[in-house]
Amino acid sequence: MAGRPSIPTNSSALIAIIADEDTVTGFLLAGVGNVDLRKKTNYLIVDNKTTVKQIEDAFKEFTTREDIAIVLISQYVANMIRFLVDSYNRPVPAILEIPSKDHPYDPAHDSVLSRVKYLFSAESVASDRR
Amino acid sequence: MSGQTQRLNVVPTVTMLGVMKARLVGATRGHALLKKKSDALTVQFRAILKKIVAAKESMGEAMRASSFSLAEAKYVAGDGVRHVVLQSVRSASLRVRSHQENVAGVKLPKFTHFVDPAAGSAGPSNASPSLTGLARGGQQVAACRAAHVKAIEVLVELASLQTSFLTLDEAIKTTNRRVNALENVVKPRLENTISYIKGELDELEREDFFRLKKIQGYKKREIERQMAAAKQFAEEQLAEEVALKRGISLGAATNMLVAVVEIISCDAGAPESHLFIEWRRFCFRR
Repeated sequence: MAGRPSIPTNSSALIAIIADEDTVTGFLLAGVGNVDLRKKTNYLIVDNKTTVKQIEDAFKEFTTREDIAIVLISQYVANMIRFLVDSYNRPVPAILEIPSKDHPYDPAHDSVLSRVKYLFSAESVASDRR
Repeated sequence: MSGQTQRLNVVPTVTMLGVMKARLVGATRGHALLKKKSDALTVQFRAILKKIVAAKESMGEAMRASSFSLAEAKYVAGDGVRHVVLQSVRSASLRVRSHQENVAGVKLPKFTHFVDPAAGSAGPSNASPSLTGLARGGQQVAACRAAHVKAIEVLVELASLQTSFLTLDEAIKTTNRRVNALENVVKPRLENTISYIKGELDELEREDFFRLKKIQGYKKREIERQMAAAKQFAEEQLAEEVALKRGISLGAATNMLVAVVEIISCDAGAPESHLFIEWRRFCFRR
């Protein structure tokens, strides 16, 4: 396939997180946090002082870094940079919207899940008809 | 949609006809294969679709459980616990391994999480939980950690499903586009080209036949003309000879010969040459 980007096979990749402090703390406790020699982190804590520009930059950095396989992003944060998340269409790293503690999860906003729901409902309707 | 736009620009020859037929066979086989591939991908796609919905539900559960356990840990260990956690990050012990899975020629990424013991022992990342809960609430911190590891497990699975979903979606679209292109563009075009070449070859054959007929007719006429000329020449020579021998004028000799020929033609039974010789003898005797 010429047009399709190749999927790198990586034996050891990281999980990046963009979320509120509690969620990040929890996942750091689980051991996904990574700080490299240049003090670059693989997570971004979003609080009320964080600007949209910072989130955008972090998102772009995480999606272009080669050692990151999955980017976890809180849904309310994803909503702030919805245009970036929606325009992102590469298979790796995978973008995953996760629910956060303070904000209830809305499947309608999830770019992937809305497509899944659309296809799924269309399919179930079709299977009902059969 | 006339024949001009729907066929390839080729020279109508027998060789080209063979080439076109071979291409049509190839296109038909490719079409069948791609259709099979598309079906296989669709089956896989539906399976993934169902899994994604189930995984999204379990993700909600896992995230809720981890949030609760974090709240418990914070309550017991104090709010300062998160600063300790944030400060003690060094190197990730929980990492992701990605590899490819081949479904009908489409490479799907799969993620599996694993605990990197080297990173854990080298950095204090692994040591932090034990230190974090040292003063109080160690049990809650450990539970919180376990809950989050479980959540990561679900999330990693979901991520690999989601990535497969996107890749498969793209692959199915491409395959279907190819199937349709073969069915609606390439195959009709080849068929049109084949019928065009066949028609053109038939036309050529008809032209050839006509030309041969024409040449045959022409040759026949030419032979007849030559025969007539030879006959006339022979008659003239004969008349000249007679005129010389008998000492009469050329015109008189010709008239005599014509009369003789009439006599000969009246006598249908005897062969012409025989009579002619007899007549010549009679002439000489006189």
